[in-house]
Amino acid sequence: MSMNTQGRPTRIEHDIDPGGYETLSGSRGLDQAEPLLFERGSLDVSGVDLPTPKGGPNRLGGMKREGPIGLPGLAEPEAMRHYVRLSRKNYAIDLGLYPLGSCTMKHNPRLNEKMARLPGFADIHPLQPEKTVQGAYKLIEELAHWLMVLTNTPAVAMSPKAGAHGELCGMMAIRAALDARGETGRRRVLVPESAHGTNPATAVQCGFFTDEIPADKTGRVDMEAFKAKLGDDVAGIMLTNPNTCGLFERDIKEIADLIHEAGGYFYCDGANFNAIVGRVRPGDLGIDAMHINLHKTFSTPHGGGGPGSGPTVFSEALAPFAPLPFVVKTADGAELKMAENLSDVDGSGARPFGRLTAFHGQMGMFTRALTYMMSHGSDGLKQASEDAVLNANYILARLKDVMTPAFEGTCMHEALFDDRFLKDTGVTTLDFAKAMIDEGYHPMTMYFPLVVHGAMLIEPTETESKSGLDRFCDVLLGLAEAASAGEADRFKAAPIHAPMRRLDETRAARQPVLRWTPTADDLQAAE
Amino acid sequence: MRYLPLTPADRQDMLQRIGVSSIDQLFTDVPEAARLDGPVGLPAYQTELQVERALSKLAGENTAASSVPFFVGAGAYKHHVPATVDHLIQRSEFLTAYTPYQPEISQGTLQTLFEFQTQVALMTGMDVANASMYDGSTACAEAVLMAARVTKRKKAVLAGSLHPHYAETTRTSAKYLDIDIASTDPDPGGLSGIAEAIDDETACVVIQTPDVFGRLHDLTDISEKAHAHGALVIAVFTEPVSLGLVKSPGEMGADIAVGEGQGIGVGLNFGGPYVGLFACKNDRNFIRNLPGRLAGETVDADGRRGYVLTLSTREQHIRRDKATSNICTNSGLCALAFTIHMTLLGEKGLTTLAQLNHETACDLADRLGAIEGVDLLTDTFFNEFALRLTRPAADVVDALVDKGVLGGVPASRLYPGGGLDDVLIVAATETNTPEDLAAFETALREVLA
Repeated sequence: MSMNTQGRPTRIEHDIDPGGYETLSGSRGLDQAEPLLFERGSLDVSGVDLPTPKGGPNRLGGMKREGPIGLPGLAEPEAMRHYVRLSRKNYAIDLGLYPLGSCTMKHNPRLNEKMARLPGFADIHPLQPEKTVQGAYKLIEELAHWLMVLTNTPAVAMSPKAGAHGELCGMMAIRAALDARGETGRRRVLVPESAHGTNPATAVQCGFFTDEIPADKTGRVDMEAFKAKLGDDVAGIMLTNPNTCGLFERDIKEIADLIHEAGGYFYCDGANFNAIVGRVRPGDLGIDAMHINLHKTFSTPHGGGGPGSGPTVFSEALAPFAPLPFVVKTADGAELKMAENLSDVDGSGARPFGRLTAFHGQMGMFTRALTYMMSHGSDGLKQASEDAVLNANYILARLKDVMTPAFEGTCMHEALFDDRFLKDTGVTTLDFAKAMIDEGYHPMTMYFPLVVHGAMLIEPTETESKSGLDRFCDVLLGLAEAASAGEADRFKAAPIHAPMRRLDETRAARQPVLRWTPTADDLQAAE
Repeated sequence: MRYLPLTPADRQDMLQRIGVSSIDQLFTDVPEAARLDGPVGLPAYQTELQVERALSKLAGENTAASSVPFFVGAGAYKHHVPATVDHLIQRSEFLTAYTPYQPEISQGTLQTLFEFQTQVALMTGMDVANASMYDGSTACAEAVLMAARVTKRKKAVLAGSLHPHYAETTRTSAKYLDIDIASTDPDPGGLSGIAEAIDDETACVVIQTPDVFGRLHDLTDISEKAHAHGALVIAVFTEPVSLGLVKSPGEMGADIAVGEGQGIGVGLNFGGPYVGLFACKNDRNFIRNLPGRLAGETVDADGRRGYVLTLSTREQHIRRDKATSNICTNSGLCALAFTIHMTLLGEKGLTTLAQLNHETACDLADRLGAIEGVDLLTDTFFNEFALRLTRPAADVVDALVDKGVLGGVPASRLYPGGGLDDVLIVAATETNTPEDLAAFETALREVLA
């Protein structure tokens, strides 16, 4: 062992290739192998203590289950280890930069979690008597107020349970408004090429068909193509702004005016609202409906893929069609109540298109989002948007001479590159991403938006420091250099420092195995 | 601005590196007329202590379920969740991870989803399950759309005792796709009219068991009839704990089983977030028509077993306007909570928990049914039942609040104008003590006297 001048050990000399042998257990030190719970648990083990049932007669009317279910249990210490070990095989925003473009992985404040767990919010039932949940209704009203002020819109539907659900909410309101006008011929929805895949899927679910608008050389809606597509069969446009190329649609007011003149409505996909909060109010742009991903803009945690929350704001024109339920004042104005049924809104002018879900929406997310908003306040929200944009442009500035920006000029909250800088290196966008894993980073979004070849979309968010961004940029520049220097093999092998090597996704799709099933040996052992 | 690490000096340095003189120059693509000048008109920032005070005050205006004898169900249930569950889902690596698009560094999420899928398939008696939906009601709506795709038929029949919110959600989802949704009358006593409504154009029948009035239904005969007509049977449940004690949808011939998973691992949360469960047979191309995410098993470059999101060719990011649904997320963290709670319970614990729920409900039904002017409408049930009272149930529930008891859901809240004003839906779970039952009985006697 050699020592450096401070007397600390620096390197252990050994003869064994550290990656060259498999351990007996399959674990690698702190990276511990973990079988499925079905291979470790047992049908007669439980990790909870419950009172002993009395037994005796039942009122199941002969519908009692007879055979075993086959669900193994783990004692509490075993369950703790099982899930803690598994958790350690995940990357997370609390571990490092998570630059997934269009996904907005910002810091998740723990105050949000604490507030959402107050028994007065977490431990109340959606159908308990209304006079016992007035505080909850007030919270929903308060959050709705913030959303309407930030967007300058007169109405918001709180019940959509995710961003795509919010899209469905907005497009259904558009469909209902067209039907109310008797316009049964308007079924074409214009969708830019760069749209999120949910946009076309949503339009179709509302009985529309989609018509793509190409992007121009600057990455924005091609205005000539857009104008050429307007006609009396157009129901509306679904436009993301800032768009998925990380750019503000400069012509957005003209787009709004033209679609309205043509008799259609303007749906704005608000997935990227986090770039403009406090600086631009979508209501001022002429939108008719826009969902807001609370998880992206207002920091509710993504939890490995959900739950989300997608409140949808509406213009005057669409407000009457907002779905049930929504909070209203009681007749005497003394209390709040939830309008659950058509009979609750008789005579109010409301013409809700229906109900999108049981109950009132994602209360747990509402609490978190409002906590975040109050912690920032008006100015802080604006500062957050500005810092998100500043950080993205800083990355663009630091990388643009080596990696290839997809478009010229500044960007909004995310910087888009393409794969031209990897040309002739033998390294693909995917290889480059996997090499980032070995460097301790979650890769950026790859191959999206589809309009850019080999797209790499980097969204740092406002919660990254300058020094953190510098380290990240240094790594990307280093990797780009390694790719240019002909080190393709290293990229092809990546990742080698992750819990798993590259996984065979084709095999998973061709021979789907979607659940554990006992093997013949397991069954024999059980007997 | 404690969440923002940039200092004023950093911002200046960064602007200089970018080559602009002010932040405004980064927003020049925003048209002049769209720029907001001046403040937005909302309060200034508050400190952590101030925010805690403000929200605690609002929370204090609500009556938490654990603070009173509590019997409210009808689609969401008060159960005890072990402390371990909330601890584990708050681990940073679960809580603050994104959708597992990079499987090599997302095995924690992916393996737990695979375990979730397996648990849900086992409990429902189905072959496969997906990685969860928004909630039970949207899962129900998606099941009907899936049945229409699979059978290429456009008619669905809903039982009148399907939770009305589920029925309305399903109607909304189907209304612009020209799927005809018929519904039988709500019937606290049974499933009248369903069998007669099935014909050769029926895509599916949708039956909840236990239903919104708490009644259990054996679907075996209806399944046979539906299958004879080429229709699918969709079994719906809102109380997953029931699956520990009663026959599974699969055993009764259902083709698709959907429901709300909130009762295991997820708190009441005033209606959300919840976790939709979606399972089906491995039949008739069902798997490729499943909505939502799926985790699947595969191997890595070293041949080690691992998990990935799979079959995404059904989904919106590949198929866009031809996708099976527009859904692009799941209820990941709630699915994790479900899985952890289920793992702690195991078969032994789930069976015991279900038995305790049933026994508590039987005790309560005996106590309340013995009160003069109270009729027990549900003879076969799991942990919820319906009572007919001599007065409007909404008034009774209101009067019970003043006696400190949250005594169920008036059927009129779910079926306004449905002629069920005197029906009260009551749920009991393992969280109700003998003292709670006695308090409810006493309070109801007083209110009805």
